[in-house]
Amino acid sequence: MPDDQIVPRLTLVPNPENQTQMIVAQNLTKVYGDFTAVAGIDFTVAKGESFGLLGPNGAGKSTTMRMITATLQRSGGDLTILDKDPDKFGPQIRAHLGVVPQADNLDTELKVHENLYIYGRYFGLSRKYLTKKIDELLAFAQLEDKRNSKVDQLSGGMKRRLTIARALVNEPEVLLLDEPTTGLDPQARHVLWDRLFRLKEQGVTLVITTHYMDEAEQLCDRLIVMDQGKIMAQGSPASLIAEHSSPEVVEVRFGSDRNAAVAERISHIGDRMDVLPDRILIYAQDGEAALAEIISLGQHPVTSLVRRSSLEDVFLRLTGRTLVD
Amino acid sequence: MSAGHWRGATALVDTNRIAKFGAFYAAEYRIRNMLKWWQAIVAFGIGNPLLYLTSIGIGVGSLIDKNTNGAGPDGVKYLAFIAPALLATAALQGTMEEVTFPVVHGFDWRKVFFAMHAAGLTGKQVAQGVIISAITRSVFTVSVYWAILWAFDAFSSPSALWLIPIEIYFGACFAAVMMAVSAYMKEDDGWFAIIGRFVIAPMFLFSGTFYALSTLPLTIRWVGWISPLWHATEIGRYFSYDHPISSTMLLVHFGYMTLLGIAGLLVANRKFALRLAA
Amino acid sequence: MSSSLALPNEAVAIAEKRSTKRWANIYAGRARVLFERSFRVVKTSSWPVVLSGFVEPVFYLVAFGSGVGPLIGDVSDGYGHMVSYSVYIAPALLATSAMNGAFYDSTWNVFFKMHYGKTYQAMMATSIGPLDVALGEIGWALLRGLVYAIGFMTIVASLGLVPSLWGILAIPAAVLIAFGFASVGMAITSYLKSFQQMDWVTFWLLPMFLFSGTFYPVSVYPDWITNIVRALPLWQAADLVRCLMLGNISTALLWHVLYFAVMIAVGLSVATRRLTRLFMR
Repeated sequence: MPDDQIVPRLTLVPNPENQTQMIVAQNLTKVYGDFTAVAGIDFTVAKGESFGLLGPNGAGKSTTMRMITATLQRSGGDLTILDKDPDKFGPQIRAHLGVVPQADNLDTELKVHENLYIYGRYFGLSRKYLTKKIDELLAFAQLEDKRNSKVDQLSGGMKRRLTIARALVNEPEVLLLDEPTTGLDPQARHVLWDRLFRLKEQGVTLVITTHYMDEAEQLCDRLIVMDQGKIMAQGSPASLIAEHSSPEVVEVRFGSDRNAAVAERISHIGDRMDVLPDRILIYAQDGEAALAEIISLGQHPVTSLVRRSSLEDVFLRLTGRTLVD
Repeated sequence: MSAGHWRGATALVDTNRIAKFGAFYAAEYRIRNMLKWWQAIVAFGIGNPLLYLTSIGIGVGSLIDKNTNGAGPDGVKYLAFIAPALLATAALQGTMEEVTFPVVHGFDWRKVFFAMHAAGLTGKQVAQGVIISAITRSVFTVSVYWAILWAFDAFSSPSALWLIPIEIYFGACFAAVMMAVSAYMKEDDGWFAIIGRFVIAPMFLFSGTFYALSTLPLTIRWVGWISPLWHATEIGRYFSYDHPISSTMLLVHFGYMTLLGIAGLLVANRKFALRLAA
Repeated sequence: MSSSLALPNEAVAIAEKRSTKRWANIYAGRARVLFERSFRVVKTSSWPVVLSGFVEPVFYLVAFGSGVGPLIGDVSDGYGHMVSYSVYIAPALLATSAMNGAFYDSTWNVFFKMHYGKTYQAMMATSIGPLDVALGEIGWALLRGLVYAIGFMTIVASLGLVPSLWGILAIPAAVLIAFGFASVGMAITSYLKSFQQMDWVTFWLLPMFLFSGTFYPVSVYPDWITNIVRALPLWQAADLVRCLMLGNISTALLWHVLYFAVMIAVGLSVATRRLTRLFMR
């Protein structure tokens, strides 16, 4: 992996459109004892933007997220959310935000509609407002017929939608979602993405952490790729792929015992190759052509897949590691 | 792991052994789980009896002995009077703890019983495993408690040694009933609190534990008659200081507890099998 | 720039209005919302459990009063009067029940919501503060304590076990006791990490219950033990309630009140600080 691809600390890049900044972080740092969770990162989030933090577990995404939600004090650097310092104006900032944490923390002692009601009450919202709002939110989350159910009776996808609906009870300007679709089945993920897209259309600013590439590609206008508390790259999903990967990828398997030997013989094919213990990834301008070349060398893979390049490949390129390990 | 070492379940798993010893496999899981808490079990198992013994036995006892000149209920010192009752309480309570929450745990919270079922154990074996682990714990608690009482000079008859196996047996009979009840519980919807409040606490207080049952008015005395603790306590007094009991009543006490145990086991076996198959 | 950000919805307006007040960072003035929550929880799940909370001390009273009482005869109340055994133990049982209820609510319930349900984590993502949470949870424990105390006193009084009219003050006294135990319980819980540790904390309630002059006067002990027992919160509680129910009124009772005031102040400030740290750092 070429070393010049890694830029330890990027300078503040202005947003694509010159808009109001909702979140501005400069040299943002979080240290626990002698462990640095977030090592001085810079980024901004503009109003109406859908902004992603991408990286593997332990990259510092959730820590960054918690500092933005004004529930975790930073150790250093500057952070403003809606022009306010979260250390001084926690409650005032949180009143603007909707927070969807990584693990659902719905109130299992309350029914579905009560979860929305009581959460709204935490913000001090009036009963009258909430009565109307709850109907709206239940419809949004497609949970109208689960209104009086207990939380435990909901499926994983339903719980997630309820958590998101709950985060919307105060009509937040910024919605923060920490790993919104982790653990959901494909269908439930798509339903959720559709809901989030609706919000984006309504002008809600979204901040999303994820370790799923497809999710980042689906939802984010712009994202930062994080690893070990640092920003590795930033830009739109398309520009990151264009910059750090080839257009197509061939994934081939030859069985775990033959993998390494075959890799040596086909290493000249394509722009670049990554040899993983069980499969080989070949980055190429034309995937089908690369696969044909492998076969013409007399190497017949047990399975083969030609696909478009994704953020997963960007990450592998930048760090030499896969995202989900 | 490479494919060459894959021997397959038919070669590895001996279904005959499961059929024979399944209950012990289930018990092993429970006992291992228990050992994680051994400090608490040892400390509470010894601490609890010591506290009641010193507080009620000696503290309240000093008032009673002064008032009755050492011939309290049943004509013995108060400590000697409550010692067998406390031993019976420990036996019943200790086993109960091992069959109530662990059963809800196994069916609902962690669904461990379903894993056992999937591995080839029958509902009956799982139920028996739970009882075996409860008995294992009570062997410890009852022996330690007995030794403490003996050290406090609470037994006057040599036959008191019989109390160790007998109270363990009674504890197991009671555990069978409580296990059957627990098998009917879904999650913890407050039923344990209700049972604790309206069954266990009154049982502890109205079974002639701290005073002779006959001092209670008839309107409450029936609580003692149906209470397993009263039967266990009466037998306890018979063996620890020759409390007079007719042979008919001896039979009634043993018979009642045995019946409870059998009924509890039958119901539990059935309900375990039903819930695991559902 | 900031003016263009101000799209004030209701929640923001509420939070902004509060921002100039003292302690705005930890207290939003909405502890009552926690009440609202607890009330809904009780309503949907466990009415009978909650309402029957005061039967346990009644059972103890009946068992020890009518069973052990005749064996003991009259007992000295510690102030030179001989009273029947039931009259002697009733106040201590009220104090114990206030202690148990409040302590249980502020330890096990709080522990569960903190580490398993993550209920507080959800609250902290809104504009409510940690002091709201502490006050709301403790307040609820007190309300429950009040209901139990009234229930118990009604029964005890109807059995003719409250000789003095001052006894009516035993109800607010029980609430004060509950307040003290709830505050300290919550403070302790904020330091604990496992169920085992919780078990140990609740375990210490038993010796306190058994040795604090609940079932017999502490005068049976040697002096040095008596002095230790007198320093325990449950003895303070039992003596306060007993003096009120038996009409042994003197300014010395204020020491008991002070004892609990200190428990409340220390408990509350530690709990709030710890909750702030747990959720904000």
